[in-house]
Amino acid sequence: MGGIDLQRSLVEVLTGAGLSSGAAKAIWMPLPMILIVLVVTVGALVCTWLERKISAAAQQRIGPEYAGPFGILIPVADVAKLVIKQGTPPAKSDPLLYTLGPAIVFISVFLCFLVVPFGQNLLISNIGTGIFFVIAISSIAPIGLLMAGYASNNKYSLLGGLRAAAQSISYEIPLALAALAIAMMSNSLSTIDIVSQQADYGLLSWNILRQPIGFVIFVIAALAECERLPFDLPEAEEELVAGYQTEYTGMRFALFYGGSYANLVLAGMLVSILYLGGWELPFPIDQVGDMLGIAPSTAWWQIITAMLGITAILLKTYFFVFTAILLRWSVPRVRIDQLLDLGWKFLLPIGLFNLLLTAALKLALPSWFGG
Amino acid sequence: MVMIETKAERMVINMGPHHPSMHGVLRLIVTLDGENVVDCEPVLGYLHRSMEKIAENRTIIQYLPYVTRWDYLATMFTEAITVNAPEKLANVPVPRRASYIRMIMLELSRIASHLLWLGTFVADIGAQTPFFYVFREREMIYDLFEAATGMRMMHNYFRIGGVAADLPYGWVDKCEDFCHYFLPMVDEYERLVTNNPIFRRRVEGLGTIGREEAINWGLSGPMLRGSGIKWDLRKVDHYELYDELDWDVQWDTGGDCLARYFVRVREMRESTKMVLQCLKQMPGGSYENLEAQRMQAGPKSEWNSMDYQFISKKPSPTFKVPSGEHYVRVEAPKGELGVYLIGEDNVFPWRWKIRPPGFINLQVLPQLVRGMKIADIMAILGSVDIIMGEVDR
Repeated sequence: MGGIDLQRSLVEVLTGAGLSSGAAKAIWMPLPMILIVLVVTVGALVCTWLERKISAAAQQRIGPEYAGPFGILIPVADVAKLVIKQGTPPAKSDPLLYTLGPAIVFISVFLCFLVVPFGQNLLISNIGTGIFFVIAISSIAPIGLLMAGYASNNKYSLLGGLRAAAQSISYEIPLALAALAIAMMSNSLSTIDIVSQQADYGLLSWNILRQPIGFVIFVIAALAECERLPFDLPEAEEELVAGYQTEYTGMRFALFYGGSYANLVLAGMLVSILYLGGWELPFPIDQVGDMLGIAPSTAWWQIITAMLGITAILLKTYFFVFTAILLRWSVPRVRIDQLLDLGWKFLLPIGLFNLLLTAALKLALPSWFGG
Repeated sequence: MVMIETKAERMVINMGPHHPSMHGVLRLIVTLDGENVVDCEPVLGYLHRSMEKIAENRTIIQYLPYVTRWDYLATMFTEAITVNAPEKLANVPVPRRASYIRMIMLELSRIASHLLWLGTFVADIGAQTPFFYVFREREMIYDLFEAATGMRMMHNYFRIGGVAADLPYGWVDKCEDFCHYFLPMVDEYERLVTNNPIFRRRVEGLGTIGREEAINWGLSGPMLRGSGIKWDLRKVDHYELYDELDWDVQWDTGGDCLARYFVRVREMRESTKMVLQCLKQMPGGSYENLEAQRMQAGPKSEWNSMDYQFISKKPSPTFKVPSGEHYVRVEAPKGELGVYLIGEDNVFPWRWKIRPPGFINLQVLPQLVRGMKIADIMAILGSVDIIMGEVDR
């Protein structure tokens, strides 16, 4: 097993400097958390910039161009503006729920990144129930949306919150079923194991080839979970003004805004981990190392592979993000009944069928489908 | 057997006057049962500016700058009806060349109106991007208007007996270029929108109006033609010189939002063809040609006769609306735009009643949205194509 173990290296360095191993671990502990919050925030900000630039390109506009080169500082300006803006809660809102709603949405999305790996050991905690954890935690978010919609004392907000809840419930199930088929093939729920199991033959061993139906279900359900067009009913501008966000400004709105883009990044990460081989390159990098005669434990080789891995997973993630953004600016919105029909009458049966098919194939062809 | 009562209270929700998709300042009081619309009551009057009363103490030439504020997206039609009404009452002749210029302007204005309708209609369903594409072509039409009239929207171009100025040098060529450029663009819109499965499922069979119903509601324009009635005032009333052009009334039998979409898209194509024909058949041709002929043949030649003028006689500021009353109408992009004019041999009209198409067409909305979903309100309202400036006047 290759890969860098930063925790062990740092702890070794610190204990070598004379600290007790407990103190060294305590120093290590907040570092990955801060890192992940920063990385996810930057990832979400990049998404907002991409959204502006890609929508501009689709609509024959230029988009932001004065704030930094190609307008890359526009997300910074956005955040600065939202942070210093005064929050104005509506007069008869429920003050506690009104503030709690966006916080719950934001926290639940960020918590999911705990188990998202960027490399063999480049994740915060490799818990055995990785994918289950993500699905469980991310389904807390609709409660926050419902809270926000209810607490705003606004009918549009309430309708938006209710739509968000209905939509999340309907699409959580196909999403979980698609992930379950993957877990069945990988014999594990851990995100690390799921990726490792796709590592052997590069591109050819990625799950998208073995789970094409599951991939389609997962992508559709993930789009719906992110509330992106064509499934952005909870915040449909033409119908509900801005849905549950209608009464929000300033920092609280920034939490919703950042949370939704972080959620998009998360969906992209999950798609790349479950179906596109995670941090694996399209060719097996370990065998390349063997052919070049480099020992897998060589430090510089490990750093290069880790860098390539991070680049690979980011490219895959942002490819999904790009597709989602392009889709958002190309298609109209579905109606609420059509949305629920698609979830319950199409994706759910197909998801169950896919699960059954996977189980059958696993029994019939154990060498290919992870017996 | 005990049943669990799950029926919730009905919710009354106020949409507008400042809702993002209310096309201005329409206000709908919607009663909802969950996502279903139980009832809908439009409230009008937020953009009422007393247009009819203002007309009663303005001469026609003074009133002309006001009229483009009725339907501010199809401005040429409001001007056309404002000059047509006193023209017909006073029997003012219009030179053929002026009539052709008017037809060109009217059809371009129809295209501009339908273009903007297309953008907002698709945006109401959720696709924002076509809005930017339609503005690309609409800007070109407005450039043409600007070149000919000096203004992009509020032109003040029509005059009693003709138009305010002849087409400028080179305008005919530019207009022809635009027409040839525009037809493939309509195909592009159709490729983008028409067969999109989400779009089709959102509008097909939605807001259906039957043939009888459409007539009984007094609908006009694409709303009527979308319900299977081949009724176009350009064919019915034979005004201007539309009979000299080769064109067909565009209609569809579906009666739903999709049928109205088809009618409007086809009308854009048909109007482009009409503009092209007008440009070819216009007496004297382009301005540069007409001037050259005049110079060569001298002042007494046929090129200075009535047919080749852009206006029959410069209208006097004290033009009197003769005694009498009558109703004059034109086929505006939204439907039948009419004026009921009563004159009493005064410079001011005694009564100036406007029949705006949007106002009459909007009546049918509550019937159409009852029993539908919230999202359908926007799709149906979009397909009705209202402009609050003319609904409230």
